[in-house]
Amino acid sequence: MEEALLRAVLFGTPILLASLGALLSERTGVVNLGVEGMMALSALAAFAVAQEAGPALGALAGVGVGVFLGLFLGVFAVSLRANQFVAGLALAALGLGASGLLGKRYEGVPLAHPLPEEGFALLALGLALALHYLLLGSRFGLYLRSVGENPKAADLFGVSVDGVRYLALALGGGMIGLAGAYLSLAYRPSWTDGMTSGLGWVAIALVILAGWQPLRAVLGAYFFGLLFFLQFRLQGSVPIPSEAFAAMPYLLVILVLALSGRARAPKALGQPFDRGR
Amino acid sequence: MRWELDPSPSPWKVFLAYSLFVVLAFLLLGLLFLLYGVSPLKAYGLLLSPLGDSLGLAEVGRRTIPLLLIGAGLALAFRVGFFNIGAEGQLLMGAVGGAYVALFLPPGPWTLPLMFVLGGGLGAVWGGFAAWLRVRFGANEILTTLMQNYLVYYLVVYLVAGPWKGQTVFGFLYTDRFPPEAQLPRLGDTLVHWPTLLLGIAAALGLQLLLFRTPLGFEWRILGENPEAARYLGLKGGRLILLAALLSGFLAGLAGVGEVAGIHLRLLEPAQISLGYGFTAILVAWLARGRPLLVLLTAPLLGLILAGGDALKLSLSMPFRVVDVVAGLLLLALIGAEAASRHRLVWRR
Repeated sequence: MEEALLRAVLFGTPILLASLGALLSERTGVVNLGVEGMMALSALAAFAVAQEAGPALGALAGVGVGVFLGLFLGVFAVSLRANQFVAGLALAALGLGASGLLGKRYEGVPLAHPLPEEGFALLALGLALALHYLLLGSRFGLYLRSVGENPKAADLFGVSVDGVRYLALALGGGMIGLAGAYLSLAYRPSWTDGMTSGLGWVAIALVILAGWQPLRAVLGAYFFGLLFFLQFRLQGSVPIPSEAFAAMPYLLVILVLALSGRARAPKALGQPFDRGR
Repeated sequence: MRWELDPSPSPWKVFLAYSLFVVLAFLLLGLLFLLYGVSPLKAYGLLLSPLGDSLGLAEVGRRTIPLLLIGAGLALAFRVGFFNIGAEGQLLMGAVGGAYVALFLPPGPWTLPLMFVLGGGLGAVWGGFAAWLRVRFGANEILTTLMQNYLVYYLVVYLVAGPWKGQTVFGFLYTDRFPPEAQLPRLGDTLVHWPTLLLGIAAALGLQLLLFRTPLGFEWRILGENPEAARYLGLKGGRLILLAALLSGFLAGLAGVGEVAGIHLRLLEPAQISLGYGFTAILVAWLARGRPLLVLLTAPLLGLILAGGDALKLSLSMPFRVVDVVAGLLLLALIGAEAASRHRLVWRR
């Protein structure tokens, strides 16, 4: 029982981290569908740097790549006011592709010094609490939310809509990068192509399921973690093909989307802000 | 200095924006090649090498077929406002349907038509399911269709490793070879299965006519451009979206039948059936700007990139992911260029 709970938390941690990252930018009105690719590239960067310069710098590199990719998405989604959904999907493909291409030489190499999984789990929990406070209990959180709900009004009050959105994408990108680093430095301690295995998409669905609330995302992530653990545990002991188990998370996401499809999103979600309009 | 909307950009500026962004994309691609350890110039050369000989052109043609079918359907779906990202899964569904007819029904002259009907039908069901989830529950179709891709992926793996695994293949994950009645004719020695190619051209023409010359197409366009106005006019939005989703799923299903009946002649691992046609076709449709007819130009263009990616993979033993990189960068360049040409820099506050 205790083992099940611990594994649920450890399985749920990358989902939580990535989900918090996506949640932060969605609260300012920017959809980030690039999560899967951002995680993949961060996982690779973290692993490569950790092999050369130690795991602490590796984790930092993962976060750094996440921040960079968040800003990169911002160029398209915020400054150019391009279609956020298409830009995110393109980033997902680019990140997955580039990680597969550049990571070939690390395939199957074990990590010299892995980091403890529990450390990341605690950090994720702390970040969730911090994000909850930031969004709901601080003046800056008020700016963040107003940019996501009513950018025009926020602009009139002198809040820089584009600036807030870039900041949220960068901070959120850092958390998504941390999720990638967790995978390659602690959870798996190795790198393989496609190791994110759809976790990024699960994280995006979790934002919706959690109703854009960080603390609810914690519960949701651990719930997903428990399901992943059960799936792992039951495999082989029940007469169900392993492919059915592998397909389970994706089926769950569809179910979650159907159940919470009309949940209330930030009003300006997915809409580029143009002052002149 | 600020950045504001330009209501009527000059053609010159549009051209400049697109050139700039495509050049940037290729520079970034070159950087990735360098990091991988390959000279960018050599890699660009290989990427364009299929244009050099008839064998290469046949490879381009072979990749163009599924892109044509899927791209035409997606151009329609996008125009109507249904963001179908699940063509990959719908294609695989089509392959499953086609393989079922080929392997388990008595062969005869009806086999090939029946394969297209069942394969297309399964693709339509798979696309329609996402539309139903959106209309009935408000579930975001970008995410549901994407998740459905993974579901079919595992379904196909299960089938070729389990109940449908061939009697005569020992260690391999594929079914028995299809009977001759279930194999599509090809052009000469190439892998160009021409009946499917004709279907693709017919789909592009047909959807163009449907969209721009019929009352149904008129309603589709209103819904896509202004859902609010569509509501005031009393249009049945749910039904219109469902119909577009069924059609684009059906065409992706046909593409899947073409791949198994025209090239592989058996059902096999999903990653070998499709080289990411579903994703690449998003680019085909995006480039075509919601005009199914333009797909006749954009599908061969992306077919070239897929064939070039294959050449890169074969001669430099690069992972096939390189195609994802090229596609992702191009997509970013295109939306970036489109957005940039719609704006202008103004030197005042």
